[in-house]
Amino acid sequence: MQKPSHQSRQWGDAVFRGLTLLAALVMVGLILVIALQLIKGSQPAFARFGLGFITGSRWDPVHGDFGSLPLVYGTVVSSLIALIIAVPLSLGIAIYLAELAPQRVRAPLSFLVELLAAIPSVVYGLWGIFVLVPWIRTSLEPFLHRFLGWLPFFQGTFYGFGMLAAGIILAIMITPTISAVSREVLLAVPVSQREAMLALGATRWETIKMAVLPYGRSGILGAVILGLGRAIGETMAVTMVIGNRPQVSPSVFELAQTIASIIANEFSEAFDDLHLSALVMAGLVLFIVTLLLNIIARLLVWRVARAPEGMSRE
Amino acid sequence: MTGERNQRRKFMNNLMFVLALGATIMALIPLGSILLYVASKGLIALNWDFFTQLPKPVGEPGGGLANAIAGTLILVGLASLMGIPLGILTGIYLSEFSRGRLAWLVRFICDVMTGIPSIIVGIVVYGTLVLAMKRFSAIAGGVALAIIMLPLVTRTTEEMLKLVPHSLREASLALGASRWRTTYSIVLRSAMGGIITGSLLAVARIAGETAPLLFTALNSRYWHTGLDQRIASLPVYIYTYATTPYDELHRLAWGAALVLVAMVMVASLAARLAGRKAGGGR
Amino acid sequence: MDTRLMAEDFSAWYGQNQVVKNVTLPVFANQITAIIGPSGCGKSTFIRCLNRMHEVIPGTRTRGRVLLDGENIYANRVDPVEIRRRVGMVFQKPNPFPTMSIFDNVAAGLRLHGLPPGTTAEEVVKRCLKMVGLWNEVKDRLRDSGVSLSGGQQQRLCIARALAVEPEILLMDEPCSALDPVSTMKIEELIKELKERYTIVIVTHSMHQAARVADYTAFFLNGQLIEFGPTSAIFTNPRDQRTEDYITGRFG
Repeated sequence: MQKPSHQSRQWGDAVFRGLTLLAALVMVGLILVIALQLIKGSQPAFARFGLGFITGSRWDPVHGDFGSLPLVYGTVVSSLIALIIAVPLSLGIAIYLAELAPQRVRAPLSFLVELLAAIPSVVYGLWGIFVLVPWIRTSLEPFLHRFLGWLPFFQGTFYGFGMLAAGIILAIMITPTISAVSREVLLAVPVSQREAMLALGATRWETIKMAVLPYGRSGILGAVILGLGRAIGETMAVTMVIGNRPQVSPSVFELAQTIASIIANEFSEAFDDLHLSALVMAGLVLFIVTLLLNIIARLLVWRVARAPEGMSRE
Repeated sequence: MTGERNQRRKFMNNLMFVLALGATIMALIPLGSILLYVASKGLIALNWDFFTQLPKPVGEPGGGLANAIAGTLILVGLASLMGIPLGILTGIYLSEFSRGRLAWLVRFICDVMTGIPSIIVGIVVYGTLVLAMKRFSAIAGGVALAIIMLPLVTRTTEEMLKLVPHSLREASLALGASRWRTTYSIVLRSAMGGIITGSLLAVARIAGETAPLLFTALNSRYWHTGLDQRIASLPVYIYTYATTPYDELHRLAWGAALVLVAMVMVASLAARLAGRKAGGGR
Repeated sequence: MDTRLMAEDFSAWYGQNQVVKNVTLPVFANQITAIIGPSGCGKSTFIRCLNRMHEVIPGTRTRGRVLLDGENIYANRVDPVEIRRRVGMVFQKPNPFPTMSIFDNVAAGLRLHGLPPGTTAEEVVKRCLKMVGLWNEVKDRLRDSGVSLSGGQQQRLCIARALAVEPEILLMDEPCSALDPVSTMKIEELIKELKERYTIVIVTHSMHQAARVADYTAFFLNGQLIEFGPTSAIFTNPRDQRTEDYITGRFG
């Protein structure tokens, strides 16, 4: 075995270190490039519409009129539907997998739930078109209309496609995210907290409700926001089931459009520069919103990972 | 009176147990449905032609998606070639050299980048690479996928390297090994299983990505002819075919979905196995 | 003297590991019983078996009987939740609920079991905080978080929390191991006062603590009860050689 001289050894260290530093800088550079590219690309649209782009209620490529309100509306409402369904479901899953399930089934069940996250978005879309949408059209929408039809949310034609379909498919897709992160958060709650509550004569549910969930609340909030970020940015599955019509309607039966889905739909067919720029600007809005949501979520989850002062972690 | 109270508490306890179990079962219903449909409808579509033939024009029966299967493999290969080494190097930087502000920033960017919608990456690669090359290309698609996998590989590498016991490094340093030799030979080798796991998971994640390919690699009806040319891929074909009105194309879309899901599952399972071998699993 | 609690031929396991071996031990009413022994001798596991807290850890099991006023708490139809209300517990490290105020920490058990008739939550909280000598220190900041207190105060808060549900027996698992000497002294004073109203079992790492506070002392070694008797007898005139070795500091 040959021994490198002291000098060449130091030189090797420096090169290696430099190489990894360079790689790390690429990461920083990437996010800058992404931000700059989006800002640059949206210049023409920004010059034309200014901040009115966000509030403009018409998206009309034929007449060169671009307001993103219908897209923002579609994004927000579809994500809200997803959260309404996914949050209770995910919390139930996280509680079951972290607290209640017999030890033996925990790992396989967690694996199955996480398998949901491994299925590609486009496959969700395919399943959505041929399985979910027909079911919504023939079963769910008539059902909702019959019992809740007096509400403005459940009126109109039963397309199957539309806001409701997008919300449901998003709910399925973000459930593994929210439940997996929440489960991690619950598992990070110190045993001493559970025992303190149990020793007072609490049932398991009371222990969860009064000790475990409050302790992990910021982390769970982080998990929900992480899921929200995913729902807002999700593209393919939504594009395939939402019906792709940029409009603002109170009814969840109506066709709609999200920021991500309109980009997927129109970007490669946008021939004039203003249309393209408007799409990039919509992308910029999406970027900023998801960036903020992710930053908030990370900070919240990190806070639980580092337990508060004076607390013991066993 | 306390008896009544205890009854209620016990009832709530049982009710919540049932609800939590119910939620878990509810989540598994779509999973079962998706896997069942993909398997049953996909299997009908699969035959020799599917794996060997090019797509036929609309209306002509038969044909396959051989070019899309090859295209997906090429795109994933390209992305891995770029994303995995870069991700591993960045992960090494984070775990071995720096705990200063830059490391914090990189770590943070990494976490945040995993949450950026993949379609945004598509737009950006279009605005830079595609416009510069004046054409859609396999390269552009590969770069887009590489950007998506980069943070995933980085974070697993970092996590895995951190698990390597400190004593192992010190022993090697004490023997007079230089820093990079230590990292390279001792630390990296014992973390290798974990890094492979992370890389495979990243591969599984990008293999099904569609949105970033729509305006970078685009699609193609032919065999690929060069990395600077547009290229077919399974996800884009699924999207295109599913949104047409033709039954024949729907059939092919299900077949493509089965192949894609199988690829993703194989990568995920391989990742699990590699992980188990390396760390004994958790 | 009344026997409140009686372990009969009791054993406990972690997985395949038997950590408590056929222990038979009485606990007398309104007395302080200390359990001493080197670390890993099973004393903490044993005390956790007295209110069925051992079984909340996955993979554990027990065998034998524990009689609370003559009734086996391990009998089939007994609800461990009810047992834990009657047999309270204070843990090694102070574990107040960080998201609750000082007031809510003490009142936590009341939210589970309801108020005793004719009292208010304010009264109970005040009484318990007074009992642990914390009232004057915190009466103006009851809405502050429980973790804003010092370590010793936190532990007294945890004792107050345990007392609020009016247990009959109080188990203390090395309650001073995380505290400074001054806080330790205060807790020891408190334990001696509490014995008027409660039956107390305390696990301690420190022989001196046992000698200072306990009426009876049990010495554990390798999961077995080696010797049990009045504290003075154990410390001045141990019958077993191993007990003598331990208290004279020859091992452990």
